[in-house]
Amino acid sequence: MKRRAFLALPLAALPLAARAGALAYPEVAPGYRLEFPRDHGAHPAFRLEWWYVTGWLDAAGEPLGFQVTFFRVRPDFVTDNPSAFVPRQIVVAHAALADPRKGRLAHDERAARAALGLAGAEEGTTRVWVDDWRMTREGDAWRASIAARAFAFDLAFAATRAPMPNGEAGYSRKGTQPQEASYYYSVPQLRVAGTLERGRGRETVRGLAWYDHEWSSRYMAPEAEGWDWTGVNLDDGGALMAFRMRARDGTTLYAGATLAGAGAAGRAFAPADVSFAPLRRWRSPRTGTEYPVAMRVRVGAREWLLEPLMDDQELDARSSTGTIYWEGAVRASEAGRAAGRGYLELTGYWRPMRL
Amino acid sequence: MFRSRLRLLALALRGHWGWRTTLTVAGIALGVALGFAVLLVNRAAVNELAAGVRALAGEADLQVHGGRQGFDARLFADIARLAGVALASPVLELEVGLASGGTLRLVGLDPLRAARIQPALFGEDPGRRLELMRPDTVLLSAAAADLAPHGTLAIVAGLEVVELRVAGVLPASSLRGIAALADIATAQWRLGRLDQLNRIDLRLAPGADREALRARIAAMLPPGAHVSAVDAVEESSANLSRAYRVNLNVLALVALFTGGFMVFSAQALEAARRRGEHALLRVLGLERRALARLVLAEAAALGVAGSALGIALGYALARFAVGTIGADLGAGLFRGVRPEVPFPAALAALYFSAGVAIALVGAWLPAFDAARVPPAQALRAGDVERMFERTVAVLPGAALLATGALLAQLPPVAGLPIAGYAAIGCLLVGGIALMPWLAASGFARLPLARRPALALAAAQLRGAPGQATVCLAAIVASFSLVCAMAIMVASFRDSVDRWLDAVLPADLYFRTTHAGESAWIEPEFEAQVRALPQIGRAEFIRSQRVILDPARPAVALLARDGAAGARYPLVGRTYERRDHDPPPAWISEAVQDARGWRAGDRIELPLAGRNHSFVVAGIWRDYARQHGAIVIEREVYVALTGDRRANDAALWLAPGATPDAAERALRALPGGSLLEVAGPGEIRAVSLAIFDRTFAVTYALEAVAVLVGLFGLSSSIGAIVLARRREFGMLRHVGMTRAQIGEMLAAEGGLLATVGVAAGLVLGAAVSLVLVFVVNRQSFGWSMDLHAPWALLAGLAAGLVALAALVAWVSGREATGIGPVRAVREDW
Repeated sequence: MKRRAFLALPLAALPLAARAGALAYPEVAPGYRLEFPRDHGAHPAFRLEWWYVTGWLDAAGEPLGFQVTFFRVRPDFVTDNPSAFVPRQIVVAHAALADPRKGRLAHDERAARAALGLAGAEEGTTRVWVDDWRMTREGDAWRASIAARAFAFDLAFAATRAPMPNGEAGYSRKGTQPQEASYYYSVPQLRVAGTLERGRGRETVRGLAWYDHEWSSRYMAPEAEGWDWTGVNLDDGGALMAFRMRARDGTTLYAGATLAGAGAAGRAFAPADVSFAPLRRWRSPRTGTEYPVAMRVRVGAREWLLEPLMDDQELDARSSTGTIYWEGAVRASEAGRAAGRGYLELTGYWRPMRL
Repeated sequence: MFRSRLRLLALALRGHWGWRTTLTVAGIALGVALGFAVLLVNRAAVNELAAGVRALAGEADLQVHGGRQGFDARLFADIARLAGVALASPVLELEVGLASGGTLRLVGLDPLRAARIQPALFGEDPGRRLELMRPDTVLLSAAAADLAPHGTLAIVAGLEVVELRVAGVLPASSLRGIAALADIATAQWRLGRLDQLNRIDLRLAPGADREALRARIAAMLPPGAHVSAVDAVEESSANLSRAYRVNLNVLALVALFTGGFMVFSAQALEAARRRGEHALLRVLGLERRALARLVLAEAAALGVAGSALGIALGYALARFAVGTIGADLGAGLFRGVRPEVPFPAALAALYFSAGVAIALVGAWLPAFDAARVPPAQALRAGDVERMFERTVAVLPGAALLATGALLAQLPPVAGLPIAGYAAIGCLLVGGIALMPWLAASGFARLPLARRPALALAAAQLRGAPGQATVCLAAIVASFSLVCAMAIMVASFRDSVDRWLDAVLPADLYFRTTHAGESAWIEPEFEAQVRALPQIGRAEFIRSQRVILDPARPAVALLARDGAAGARYPLVGRTYERRDHDPPPAWISEAVQDARGWRAGDRIELPLAGRNHSFVVAGIWRDYARQHGAIVIEREVYVALTGDRRANDAALWLAPGATPDAAERALRALPGGSLLEVAGPGEIRAVSLAIFDRTFAVTYALEAVAVLVGLFGLSSSIGAIVLARRREFGMLRHVGMTRAQIGEMLAAEGGLLATVGVAAGLVLGAAVSLVLVFVVNRQSFGWSMDLHAPWALLAGLAAGLVALAALVAWVSGREATGIGPVRAVREDW
């Protein structure tokens, strides 16, 4: 539950069923049965979909954070135009590298309509691409190949456990209305192996990653301002996913979490069992925006402290998507002891997300 | 020492500042102003064109162009996948007709890809990329904002009107000219060009070998499509108007030249008049070199004043011209473009220096003379003549004329008639350089009349041809230019007139091409037209555009019904087609000049993505399409391309039908209301009006050249006459009346002007030959028949002679205003 930061703009520009002749998207409803590998693939009837991998890399002892996301957006118009260029699906990809030596993110993005085979998102299994950026499923592993301006990587993500459905068996509510929801599952504890280039030759890297796949037609409640989200690979082999949707006054509008032990199925938590409390704020010197980069996250009876790999993991995507948010690698500790590593996403702090 | 000389200069200037000085300053100012203004306007136009191309090309490294015909969209996917291509952005760009009249450039693109190659397009509001992807949505350029007052843009596609929703207006920095952006899918569908593109912008990966990739892409392209670097594209877009702009620049130089000549004559005569004064300064102890410097400093002061004024005037003029009639000065080359006119300090300094330099050159001979002549001799009356002695040489002038004649034979340089312009310069300077000799030898043979005033006039011209020479040169300089321009424009207009007769044989015409490249006639409509009872015969034309050379603008391709070639005014040799020849093509002179093709040559034309052989059956004269046109038979075109659409038609009425009835019947057909229908008379009138508008600037510059020439003429005649006050005093003493002196001066002025006008006519005719047969042909590919506007020339000649006589007479009245005794005493 995240990358919606990236989607803020598409959603704003394509208001739901706002126009005559707009097409009707299927609603997300409880009772859907996730099936694999089918549900690793695209669900093109829905309005939005993303495949999202975050993780930590070990580059010769140096810790690095990375994220790569592919979005699929289905515009809401209906047309008889027979042109092969009609943008019935749009694919957007986004990649960022968090290198503490640089002190800030390096990031890049791609966007294209699914036309003439240059971009697309296939059904049946994970296969989504924009020009030469791609994410595919090969056997039991995913593979992402990205060539950005300042870096490039080709990483394989091998699954070590079964997918972890979030919410009610994959039906994940985001607001007070039952339709404000997504189908959402995660695959934590992915073993990463591959190559990275960041201006010092090709490096072989290893690491640990988290995969999310989520699709929806009505993602955000109208009264929501943004969200906080985290996904942590716990050192004991378990996994923690937690999020909260924030209202305009900063209070929690809705929240949810999934906690899984090593190899075990996840347990979903109700809104009342989940809370986020800012511990430390960092102010961006570029935009003046303040982000709670360190958080106390409580899920049920357990509590973790999240501390960022580096404070400045702000992503300025104004020139492409019109929004600015914070998305960065974090360390988790529980009861004063290191407990895991993951990612934290903070949206709507610059300006309210317009969904 | 220096300060005392400055004081001397100040004194000299203060003492002599009068109407002649004012005229001199005005002449320099006018010349500099014109040259500078035309330069600024041209720079604004070129910058605008280049900025337009750059804004559209953005950060593209290479561009694939397919002309109007375009190429298959699948080619885009193939090129986008090539290693080394970082980004490919597909474009379909056409000039589309508007239902409200006029056209607009519709640029269909993929906003997501285009935004990465042309960041300026959506820099202000990235959300517009997604808005633009909605069906039938457009974003207008600022210049086109008024075309859709109700939020919809009605365009003509085929013979239908399609309404597009306007999602907003882009800032002028994003999209220039009268234009609109649409999604590539919308453009393909609404313009009837599904699966087609006509441009791909490419950005290469860092380190990719541009030349190797260019060659690789070129090999993938069908005939008629080209790939080139963006700078080459910029250049070829500037080529569109280059010949026109060079012509304007040369006209501005002519104005500067004429102005310079006027300065020269004014300076020379002023110095002559003040010989005595200069000698006096020598006697009073001023050294030779100091005196020369004083004369030059005077000239420089006038030059500085005139040039400064000229720069300011030129800048104001350029701003005014661009603001009111646009950067093409009314020629219709750039629509909807109101470029900025920056003030280029370096160029201003250059033109300023040129003005001062011309003033100095004009004063060089007098300054040299003032320093050289012994004071005692200079103080004597009548010595002025000596100053001009050395200028009576035949050789330099004759050599220049010969050089001019040779230069006129040379081919164009880089598509421009550089040698032709040089030839005109040589002819002008050579002709003027011959004037002293002509004056000396011509006036020597002048018979003495019986009437005393006339006899004296002739004697004066015989005795002192040097002074007369300066006047004569001024007359020749301005009148030859006027003649040349008048003959050229008249020849052109007359040829256009006759050409219109030849190309408009039918009773009625209609066209869709007024609606740009988006309108066409389907075969069903064509059949309906042919079936109308009012129509006896109809010939339809399909017009396309093909790129024969990526460095040059596209060439029009006209596929015409029937015996296509017979409908165009052929010139020169034709070729009789033989049995095994490929189908015939008739090429316009511009194509002939650009490609070097001759009648009988086999040529390849790219049609529908393949090269096809044709044989050149003839060359025809075309004034409508400067970049060339090729006519082929429509049957052949349809067979090769399968394209049965048409754009224009020529109609012959059935017996008894009237044009009005036929037009009404046409308009009543479905879609007929979108046609433009006109009779040949109307087309002719409109065409000639356009011709006159295009030449309006030429006329204006010509008028200014005449004006500058007349300034020179009157100031030099006035100076000569005033310098002869002592002589008039003497003549009064020996019994001549003021009226007789006036008559004498009028006769002198008239005689001078007659000789000057005659020489100017000959010189002007020679220059006009170069203009007609070299400059116009090489600039525009237009041949024309010589046609001299005799009545106009005779009127101008008579006017000049009368003016010269009048100025001499008026100056005489002024000079004889003082009493004879005082006039004679002035000598002592």
